[in-house]
Amino acid sequence: MDIPYTVAPRQDTGLYNAKVGIWLFLASEVMLFGALFSSYILLRVGAAEEMWPQGWLNVPVGTANTLVLITSSITTVMAWASLKMNQFNKFKFYHACTILLAFTFVGIKSYEYHDKFNHYEFTLANGTFADGHMHENHLKQEGAAWTGYAIIQGHVVTEEAELYNLKKHKQPSHSEVRVEGPQIKKMSNYGPWHNTYTAIYFTLTGLHALHVIGGALVIGFLWGPGSKMWKTDPERFTNRIEISGLFWHFVDLVWIFLFPVLYLL
Amino acid sequence: MQPTAHTAHTETHDAHHEDQGFMRKYVFSTDHKMIGLQYGVTALFFLFFGFCLMLMMRWKIAHPTLPVPLVGPLLASLFGEVAAKGIMSPDLYNSFGAMHGTIMVFMAIVPLAFAAFGNFVVPLQIGAPDMAFPRVNMASYQAYVIGGLIMFVSFFIPGGAAQAGWTSYSPLATAIPTDGQTFWLIGMIFLITSSLLGAVNFIATIIQLRAPGMTWMRLPFFVWGQLVTAFLLLLAFPPLEAAGVMQLMDKVAHTSFFLPTGLAVGGNLANVSGGGSPLLWQHLFWFLGHPEVYVLILPAMGIVAEIIANNTRKPLWGYKSLVYSALTIGFLSFIVWAHHMYLTGMGTRVATFFQTTTMIISIPSVIILTCFFISLWGGSIRFNTPMLFVMAFLPMFGIGGLTGLPLGFNYSDLHLHDTYYVIAHFHYIVAPGTIFAMFAGIYFWYPKITGRMMSEFWGKVHFWSSLVFMNLIFQPMFAQGMAGMLRRMADGGANYSQAVVGADAKGGLSAQVMGLHTYILWAAVGLAIAQIPFIVNLFWSINHGKKVTSDNPWQSTTLEWQTPTPPPHGNFAQVPDVHRGPYEYSVPGQTADFSPQNQAS
Amino acid sequence: MSDQHSPDHFSHHVRRYLFVFYALLFGTLITVGASFIPFGNHAVNIGVALIIACGKAFLVAGYFMHLISERKMIYGIMAFTAFFFIGLMFLTIWSMKDFPTFATH
Repeated sequence: MDIPYTVAPRQDTGLYNAKVGIWLFLASEVMLFGALFSSYILLRVGAAEEMWPQGWLNVPVGTANTLVLITSSITTVMAWASLKMNQFNKFKFYHACTILLAFTFVGIKSYEYHDKFNHYEFTLANGTFADGHMHENHLKQEGAAWTGYAIIQGHVVTEEAELYNLKKHKQPSHSEVRVEGPQIKKMSNYGPWHNTYTAIYFTLTGLHALHVIGGALVIGFLWGPGSKMWKTDPERFTNRIEISGLFWHFVDLVWIFLFPVLYLL
Repeated sequence: MQPTAHTAHTETHDAHHEDQGFMRKYVFSTDHKMIGLQYGVTALFFLFFGFCLMLMMRWKIAHPTLPVPLVGPLLASLFGEVAAKGIMSPDLYNSFGAMHGTIMVFMAIVPLAFAAFGNFVVPLQIGAPDMAFPRVNMASYQAYVIGGLIMFVSFFIPGGAAQAGWTSYSPLATAIPTDGQTFWLIGMIFLITSSLLGAVNFIATIIQLRAPGMTWMRLPFFVWGQLVTAFLLLLAFPPLEAAGVMQLMDKVAHTSFFLPTGLAVGGNLANVSGGGSPLLWQHLFWFLGHPEVYVLILPAMGIVAEIIANNTRKPLWGYKSLVYSALTIGFLSFIVWAHHMYLTGMGTRVATFFQTTTMIISIPSVIILTCFFISLWGGSIRFNTPMLFVMAFLPMFGIGGLTGLPLGFNYSDLHLHDTYYVIAHFHYIVAPGTIFAMFAGIYFWYPKITGRMMSEFWGKVHFWSSLVFMNLIFQPMFAQGMAGMLRRMADGGANYSQAVVGADAKGGLSAQVMGLHTYILWAAVGLAIAQIPFIVNLFWSINHGKKVTSDNPWQSTTLEWQTPTPPPHGNFAQVPDVHRGPYEYSVPGQTADFSPQNQAS
Repeated sequence: MSDQHSPDHFSHHVRRYLFVFYALLFGTLITVGASFIPFGNHAVNIGVALIIACGKAFLVAGYFMHLISERKMIYGIMAFTAFFFIGLMFLTIWSMKDFPTFATH
């Protein structure tokens, strides 16, 4: 006996198996990202007012990424629609766009990550804070002390809070600042360990990016070797494109919330 | 639909299955029955392993300064300093404790109750040829094995396994400098993935692959139990997965998701950013943790239902109540979790909310138990081994459930939280509760899998001795808990016994309370010996058990008994047609005392 | 979903998808724009951003994911999921906010 309703829908539910499966899986994903969003809210609400970063992320770059993902969503649905209209070549075109846009998104995200890893905050012995992007790193760490020096493109502030709410505290112009090793009490780049904001930012966007990559791999497989099924079982293949499309739209949905929450608010 | 493509597919499909090699048939199987057996065997192994951990723990509690008998030298050679001269150190005890809980819950009971029984029985009972997604099924088993291996291996890395309890509270979990917690977290991610894949499969299968005529209200209650369990796993596990990722980042990337500002470890300020919340971990953990306990009990209740109906030769009383109660339990279980957190400084409003929902959720549980009890009334009871286990389940689960009420009330929980009372409560539910249902299920479905019966005599020996010893182990723990003995203490509370702090000190544990440790240890050893007939019976009966004379030796109505023994690949030669409900026993006017679901009218 | 619509009928759907696309682009731009408007109370900014995000999410889920024409079974699953997600978020935050402010002994 073969497994029924793999392609033809079951009468009373009106659904084929994989569609039930993917929506169930997406439900679990809603809970996964939902837990992370809840954690974000909790951490933010629990933080001191001035010490929750605002304006640390590049809004134009984030907006560009949002537009990239939205465009990939329309190309995804058009790819499926093309198959429904028996236009295999158009499907190939649209999903090629989807995959390219996916890589663009990940590329832009990598640039943003790299920028953060290159951005340092120094707590200095005289109670001030030096903050900026690393230009030259001649520092050597011995135990809890540093020797040498570093050149950063940034500025020095007296209150750490000035580095946090960039919307409130107008940024002075950035210049070359030389940071002496022996003056450093603490040093950290803007990686996940820097504070809970970067921690939740990297976790949320990192997990999202993994889903983008995973989705792109699946769509890539279906675009390439998997597309052979169009010749032997076109309806089943179209359903596979629909299923992978549903996953892709979910990934877009998560970003629709991630973008304003992390970048704008 | 393209008929030609499909028939071609079917022909190659069947031919392909004629000549499967050993690997394809036994190791990389996509057949739900084989996967069910794989889950079962692996889970029983972990059950045994977790049981052994418990024996060593109980020795340590009763005799904190003495070397563990028999295995002491082995512990010393395996673990070195933490088991020097065969005496368990507190650190080793803590890791055994954390792993006993983790292994029993995530690697033994859930895979056995949900995945093993569910995989084997559900497709058969709904009249399906297999699960909806057989390859996903195989993947979910493989993820389970990988996760289990990672957990198992963690014992043998430098520093040993995780030590912060199965609940892994931060900051302790990440402050302990060894790698055991990292292994635990990565292992959990694999185990959670396995459960999620399984849950998707079960729900899709039950929704989509019911045979014609198998309406929702004709489903065996076992299937309903599995359906609700699957939903709980699907929606409750992901927040723990998120929390696990965050705790993993705390551990390896030095983030501070759960680490508060100003955290000091070993007297020194921790070199972390701070700003995190330990409570956040607890909320996310218990958001899974509470539905998890219903994951542990619902499949068991399903098995109890099947065996009661079959051995009373009458329909279950209150089928609709059972179904609606199971659905209600599933729904409510998502909004009761913080009753595990009453002592975290919660305000009265929130505590009242959770207390209220906790009290409400006890109602459907009582309804289910009541329906089972009433089902016995007027039945022609056959006292075979599965039925004995199932009948004992009823009062045992009753004790476990009722003793939960003082824990659900915020006020009494203030006294009982984190004491041995809690341990007694949940072990009553899981040990003479769920595990008895597991035993019942094994004895019950064994003939369908192997074509032979397990020995009735040794089954009864197994049953009576397990029942007696389980009660001897856990009953005293209620008294110990009420006297104030706390959980997770390697010395069994010796450091604040009256012998040490004096008879006048308030809260000192009396000699009687401390003395119970010795009785519990002997009872645990007794329980261990009681399992020997079961283990021998299980293996011996494969080739030497009494052969069944029919495909339906228990004369059951449900579809899994209307197949050949063992069921072939594809289960049913033709799609079964279901004509009636699941428990048509002793129907007036019928000659036979049971009417199978697919029997033509 | 099997062929409910003929290929010609589908071009009607394609127009709808394009319209949703333009709406999403527009929604993105006004989200960014609105974040720069000083409403005084930051909570208003949060509210506006989330409302626009929900609107965009509705469009993606409703039209790109066909949820608006999907079957009851799927609605049911997602409705329960949404309820539990909101429960998790709301109850967790409430617990953190509600704590005793007085001594009990």
